[in-house]
Amino acid sequence: MSKVIIQNVGKVFERATSPIPALENVNLSIEDNEFITLVGASGCGKSTLLRILAGLEYRTSGTVLCAGQNISSPGADRAMVFQHYSLYPWLSVIDNIKFSRQLKVNRENLSSSDVEAASGRAEALLNLIGLNKVRDAYPNQLSGGMQQRVAIARALMGRPSILLMDEPFGALDSQTREVMHDLILHIHRIEKTTIVFVTHDVEEAVYLGQRVVLMQPRPGCIHSIFPVPLPAKRTQDMKRGEAFRALRSEILARIRESTGITTDLDMLEQLNLQSAES
Amino acid sequence: MSDTSQASTRPGIWRIAGQLSRTQYWLFAALGLFIPFALWTLYSASGWVDAIFMPGPWSVATRLITWLVEDDLTADTLISIYRVASGFALSAALALPLGLLIGAFRPVEALLEPLTDFIRYMPAVAFIPLVMLWMGIGESAKISIIFIGTFFQMVLMVAENVRLVPMAQIEAALTMGATRFEMIRLVLAQSARPAILDTLRITMGWAWTYLVVAEMVAANSGLGYAILKAQRYLKTDTIFAGIILIGLIGLVMDQGFRWLHRRLYPWAQARG
Repeated sequence: MSKVIIQNVGKVFERATSPIPALENVNLSIEDNEFITLVGASGCGKSTLLRILAGLEYRTSGTVLCAGQNISSPGADRAMVFQHYSLYPWLSVIDNIKFSRQLKVNRENLSSSDVEAASGRAEALLNLIGLNKVRDAYPNQLSGGMQQRVAIARALMGRPSILLMDEPFGALDSQTREVMHDLILHIHRIEKTTIVFVTHDVEEAVYLGQRVVLMQPRPGCIHSIFPVPLPAKRTQDMKRGEAFRALRSEILARIRESTGITTDLDMLEQLNLQSAES
Repeated sequence: MSDTSQASTRPGIWRIAGQLSRTQYWLFAALGLFIPFALWTLYSASGWVDAIFMPGPWSVATRLITWLVEDDLTADTLISIYRVASGFALSAALALPLGLLIGAFRPVEALLEPLTDFIRYMPAVAFIPLVMLWMGIGESAKISIIFIGTFFQMVLMVAENVRLVPMAQIEAALTMGATRFEMIRLVLAQSARPAILDTLRITMGWAWTYLVVAEMVAANSGLGYAILKAQRYLKTDTIFAGIILIGLIGLVMDQGFRWLHRRLYPWAQARG
């Protein structure tokens, strides 16, 4: 059975004036240990879908099962990495990573060897993200990329069965992003987590994902799902290959189609029309 | 001014949101304190106004010393500090947990915030007759007035401090499996600490204001009472000395809070 089963999921935001449908009839199955990326124009509901998976947002229809369990609230089995500002500024890097150890959910039925293993795990994660040198620094002393690495390690600390990532590298510069891409792929291989990754960057979606889920707006739903025809172990030079570039252009074309905008000139024209109407 | 010489790459200090070096900062601060002081000195020395209404800095300083040596300045100051500290501590002891609850839970907010807003707009001074009827003019009366003057403001400010905790910090803890109680203890209370200390610093200033009000109406000791008594005997130098002393104590406390803030929460300081 699939790790995550999303069936006929819909979401309507209740507003005073009129309800806004954000998601409609979404169906998706995610396999164990899969790396899946959600991509689409803004307003397509990709973040909403991720937040429903996390239990941070509630669905107004349909079912979501994770490891056979119905999802109705957030839980330690589904850790999330946010775009920014999620680290605890009063805790050092290592204490941020260890944060979840303080929670009751991780302290029940714990033997002393578990506690030792946990502190070993925190150090191992620190190693994995390559930040041993700033072990005792505070988040405000770190660069944006380093902060996101800590956020990833912190999310992995409790061994979640799924890692949900909401545009985690959206605020980083492109060089740092490339480093982070290879890091997260490395983490995926080592930790064997299932990763659901939301982005608006098609190149990122294709480079990271084993499957790319393209979503379309108004109302948000799945447009199509593309298996990525690249080997499991990705390298930066694949980005120059024919397979990569073909899939990227294909997805970009579909996004333009789904939003009804083909070029920037079209967009300008639409804006002009809109301002002329009003 | 357009200074185009190649040596001047440092932006001017008058630029909007510009920067001052530490020396420049203290220079301006000293100037800001010195100018009113100099004006006061000149005005009182000019003889345009009777010294009974406007004593000079020298006579005020002399009075401060005789007050300290011959009269009971220490006792007056200590009793005033005691009252402020008690009223303020009582207010903080209730406002911190209550503000945390208002900031954390919408129903508590709806239950208490409009009510607090309502009471906040009632002037604390108007409660003085009632407080005197209920409590007489003992210490509890003064402490109650300080409490009424600070508590309702403090609760709302603490609640706002808690509400400003970034949503991502809260949601990250949720997806790590934090319970409600853990969220309050490990995230909200921790994250809001620096802002709450700032709230305490600001409300401490208000507590001093209400102290003087309370002492002027219902006391027979303390700095506020000394100022009121001095008015009866036209001792303006004592009034000046009292007011300046209260200002100085306030300044010291404020700087103390700022120092504590830098000391306790280095992680909250902006990246240099």
